[in-house]
Amino acid sequence: MNAPAESGSAAMSLAAAPSSKSWGAQFRRAMRRHPSLFGMPALLIASLALTVLIHPQFSDFDLQSLAMGALPLAFAAAAQTVVVISGGIDLSIGSAMAVANVLAASMMEGRGFGESLALAVLVLTIGAVIGAVNGLLVVLSRVPDVIATLTTGSIWGGVALLILEKPGGGAPQEFLNLGAGTLFTTWLPTALILLAVSVSAIWLPLRRSKLGLQFYAIGSDRIAAFRSGVNVERTRFAAYIFSGLFSAVGGLGLTMTTGIGAPLAGVYYTLSGLAAVVVGGVSLAGGRGGMVGPILAAFVLTLIPTDLIFLNIDPNFGQVIQGVLIVAIVMIGGFVTLARAQK
Amino acid sequence: MTDQAKTGLSRAVPGFAGGRIIARLRTHTIIVLILLLAVFVAGIEAARPGTVTRTWLSNMVLFAAPLGIMAGGQTLVMLTGGIDLSVASVATASAYLMGTHSTLGGVIAVLYGLSVGLSVGLINGVGIALLRVQPLVMTLGTGLMTEGMLVVYSQKVMAEGPHVPQFIEDLGAGKYLGVVPNDLFLWAPIAVLIIFVLRRTGYGRLLYAIGDNSEACHLSGIRVWRVLFVNYVVCGLLAAAAGLVIVGGVDAADLSLADIYLLPSVAAVIIGGTSIFGGRGGYSGTIVGALILTVLNSILTLLDAPEPIRQILYGVIILLLAAAYTRLTG
Repeated sequence: MNAPAESGSAAMSLAAAPSSKSWGAQFRRAMRRHPSLFGMPALLIASLALTVLIHPQFSDFDLQSLAMGALPLAFAAAAQTVVVISGGIDLSIGSAMAVANVLAASMMEGRGFGESLALAVLVLTIGAVIGAVNGLLVVLSRVPDVIATLTTGSIWGGVALLILEKPGGGAPQEFLNLGAGTLFTTWLPTALILLAVSVSAIWLPLRRSKLGLQFYAIGSDRIAAFRSGVNVERTRFAAYIFSGLFSAVGGLGLTMTTGIGAPLAGVYYTLSGLAAVVVGGVSLAGGRGGMVGPILAAFVLTLIPTDLIFLNIDPNFGQVIQGVLIVAIVMIGGFVTLARAQK
Repeated sequence: MTDQAKTGLSRAVPGFAGGRIIARLRTHTIIVLILLLAVFVAGIEAARPGTVTRTWLSNMVLFAAPLGIMAGGQTLVMLTGGIDLSVASVATASAYLMGTHSTLGGVIAVLYGLSVGLSVGLINGVGIALLRVQPLVMTLGTGLMTEGMLVVYSQKVMAEGPHVPQFIEDLGAGKYLGVVPNDLFLWAPIAVLIIFVLRRTGYGRLLYAIGDNSEACHLSGIRVWRVLFVNYVVCGLLAAAAGLVIVGGVDAADLSLADIYLLPSVAAVIIGGTSIFGGRGGYSGTIVGALILTVLNSILTLLDAPEPIRQILYGVIILLLAAAYTRLTG
């Protein structure tokens, strides 16, 4: 993944004309411009190193459980990233994931592998429809994103409970193995492959397309984008569709990694996904950030409770640390901006 | 007048009384809200004759009070263009902490509860007012933090468990002379104070000014950060107080006690006519908004529908009301 493909702001990457500066200066500039692209892998490697340090017998099994734990969160983060880049926010992602999760688990129980795959496509379609409904409501009602999606989140939560009242259902083992197995070696969890394949299949072409550029454009300045001929409402609508699609993949991932459907399991992912987006360096003001940061951040956030267990600390501190991380990161960000402004 | 002239209706029928009425309603949305509330109440009475009694009415106020108190803080914050998503976690934590310290005596237990609101409010204030962090992210983070700390804390004190003292129970569930809900004695002074501050004091005017144009306020020499800082602390304290009323009504502190109040606390403000972008609205609308949501809940309970259906209907109606409102004033 090269820097321009995952660049922060669209305008900036357009302006990145070839310069006569030395390679080192260019590298430093790229680092300054896209801190998440360099910071997040470093943070992930550091936290992995820390994990190995406090748990020297880190095995292929630990890697598998990390990948499985991070899979749904990474998709939740991806879903949020699309909307946040285009200047909105989607607080219904967890509930949309729950709907996909319980739909998959209740329909796939006792089916064959082929049928499950067909049903998975159906679930993805329904996910996109959920996103479309969210987008339509946000655009048509003119109610601010936060409130509209907070409300639809409550509605989709009800729908999930309607489909499956209690945790249950299931899916054929071959289907579960798509997200919970390993390929070739036990050190390569299928969850990682699934994540890499589905994100690059959806996001990479999107990022390079006109629509992708429009997401960044309406996110960084809605009025300027409108004056340049971008159909703002249609673009916002499209962003929500992709958010719904990613949420549905996340819901399927949840089915694969847990083996069942749970109507209340999704709640956690709305906020943690947003945490991953913030930690991953996507500006909530819109128009800035890429997909790599939030997804890597999802792995870091998943590692925290694991490390706490290895350290014999109450894993419930994980949520405290997540909250503290968000608060600390945004506060440091605010402090840096303030210090720069006063210079 | 220019705003009214722009509207389709008044242009179509110039001088017609209906147009003037609609224009008047646009500027006095509180009338529409009260009418809506009346329609809801009448609807209940029509569907189930004999439901609307003195007891029912006083129950509605009893249930609306904690929501109204919580939405009071939310109104102050939203008037400045912010939002506080940590109110539900603060209310739960406040109730829980009060419960586990009830053996130390009533006053101390309540102070423990309010201290949660104070500390989360202070953190929010530092982040949002001083470091200019987006309110949404900041309060989301502090909410997650509070919730996580509460889970850890609850496992430490498992043996004792929270206990709701009698006077809190009386506050959240009791009625004076069997008619006036006790929590109204807490809500009414808070409401009067908020409305007074918003309408009659400099601080109140500053809230509107900041919500309208914070940059202009800054340039006019207003210390915007001080106003915002106080605002988030007050919002935290009100959320903590609401938590105490909620736990009094339920009589059992658990870790998801106030979760269901997050959406209504925002919705009551929006339905009540306060703009999320700040600068417009007030607390009287929020009060009616809280009452509307409480009556709506009562309707859904009377329908005897299963919980998921109720949740869906509740969401749909809130969205419809919010959309209608945005259209009406937009």
